[in-house]
Amino acid sequence: MSLEVLENAVITLLKLAVVKLPEDVKSALEKAYRAERSPIGKAQLEAILDNIKIAEETGTPMCQDTGLTSFYLEAGSRFEGLERVEGILRRAIRRATVEVPLRPNAVDPFTQENTNDNTGRQVPYMHWRIVDGDFLEITTVPNGGGSENMSALKMMSADEGTYGLKKFVIENVVEAGGLPCPPTVIGLGVGGGPNIAMDLAKLALLKPLDKPEADKTVARLERELYEAVNRTGVGPMGLGGDSTTLGVKIEYAHRHPASYPVAVAFHCWAARRATARIHSNGDVEYLTHKV
Amino acid sequence: MKKVELVTPIAEKDIHKLRIGDTVYVTGTMVTARDAAHKRMLQFLKEGKESPVTFEGLPLFHCGPLVKKVGGKWSVLAAGPTTSMRMEPYEDEVIKNHGVRLVIGKGGMGEKTRQAMKKYGAAYAVFTGGAAVLAAKHIEEVKGVEWLDLGTPEAVWVFVVRDFGPLVIAIDSEGKSLFEQVQAKAERNKARMLEQSGFQ
Repeated sequence: MSLEVLENAVITLLKLAVVKLPEDVKSALEKAYRAERSPIGKAQLEAILDNIKIAEETGTPMCQDTGLTSFYLEAGSRFEGLERVEGILRRAIRRATVEVPLRPNAVDPFTQENTNDNTGRQVPYMHWRIVDGDFLEITTVPNGGGSENMSALKMMSADEGTYGLKKFVIENVVEAGGLPCPPTVIGLGVGGGPNIAMDLAKLALLKPLDKPEADKTVARLERELYEAVNRTGVGPMGLGGDSTTLGVKIEYAHRHPASYPVAVAFHCWAARRATARIHSNGDVEYLTHKV
Repeated sequence: MKKVELVTPIAEKDIHKLRIGDTVYVTGTMVTARDAAHKRMLQFLKEGKESPVTFEGLPLFHCGPLVKKVGGKWSVLAAGPTTSMRMEPYEDEVIKNHGVRLVIGKGGMGEKTRQAMKKYGAAYAVFTGGAAVLAAKHIEEVKGVEWLDLGTPEAVWVFVVRDFGPLVIAIDSEGKSLFEQVQAKAERNKARMLEQSGFQ
């Protein structure tokens, strides 16, 4: 497979991600619009749905904040040229910054200088997993800075259990108010260590909203949290209403006996997510979008 | 809750007619400013330097747009609001010294801004966060740009807008805040849920 195929596929993926929402997110927003009882909340959801339509029709990013780029990679062990993928991803994001375009969002934390091309130290962030196969699967999840800023981690006391966990989520949702651009998608990471919990919260945001969880305990907790969050009344944009979240998704890990880490990550209503699978023979499939 | 059309320059008396929950559409000139621009405005005031942009009777939009330069002319692709709270440390001084009548952003603002709005006759309106292409659709032209050295998101953009909205009034010139009301209700709902045994 030529490396140019991979680079072009990544640019297409980055564009798809910021221009068009996956179907599951779109139908969740439509459902929220139909169910919303607050007139102000409903008007916000209407503006959101209008915005999605214009973005699709004009091929323009739906939100000016195209995020700090992360790539989640599933690398088939038999996929050739893995050692060159990082370089290609960096080149692709630079090109996409001009061609899509994406807003330049990589800033040096000490000099405050913007690199203007969306690359920098540890940026784009890459999360690798090695799997069996001869393909490379790439997922990108552009998220606004406003919702990233609402992320939270707590090392709970082990005896707080699921009540503590729910309390943690509800407290953070109410404190965040309109800042993460609700209705949000909420990713919850439970267990592991502090770094693992936040990683899991982010991974939970990769899950589609319309696939019920196989694990019954997790499925029930997700459902309960979804209902509880929507009972807070924060509503679209924090202006009040029934729709505060489109879905709560959980990933978990076993924990240390003395620790109960929980992490929450928010994705704004523009819960952008796109996945491409690039096969060794050069075939490219876009798994989240019709192309 | 009423629907209001505002044309710039906005008169102070028209601001006093607005109440929280009202929906507003703006036509005329609008100027963007984010953290860095606010900081510089205050620095200019301190040093007695004249600011290259005026906000007199104009809406100040918390926005870092996604822009493109085609054939020497800027066009706006996406221009949703950014989190207004970041401008909270500076906004009261900007309202006081620059005659801002309407601040547009998302997420709400704090006590200092609320007091300044009450005192100087201004209001805060929310544009749907992330609805950036809907915003761009109502921006007809880029009239100018200042302080581009801050980077395109942080620069001060002067837009010509038509029917820019829907904007929801979230702080009015009486000092009432829609966010505060919603937040107080959410706190009560939270407390109720945490007490309920069913929640466990």
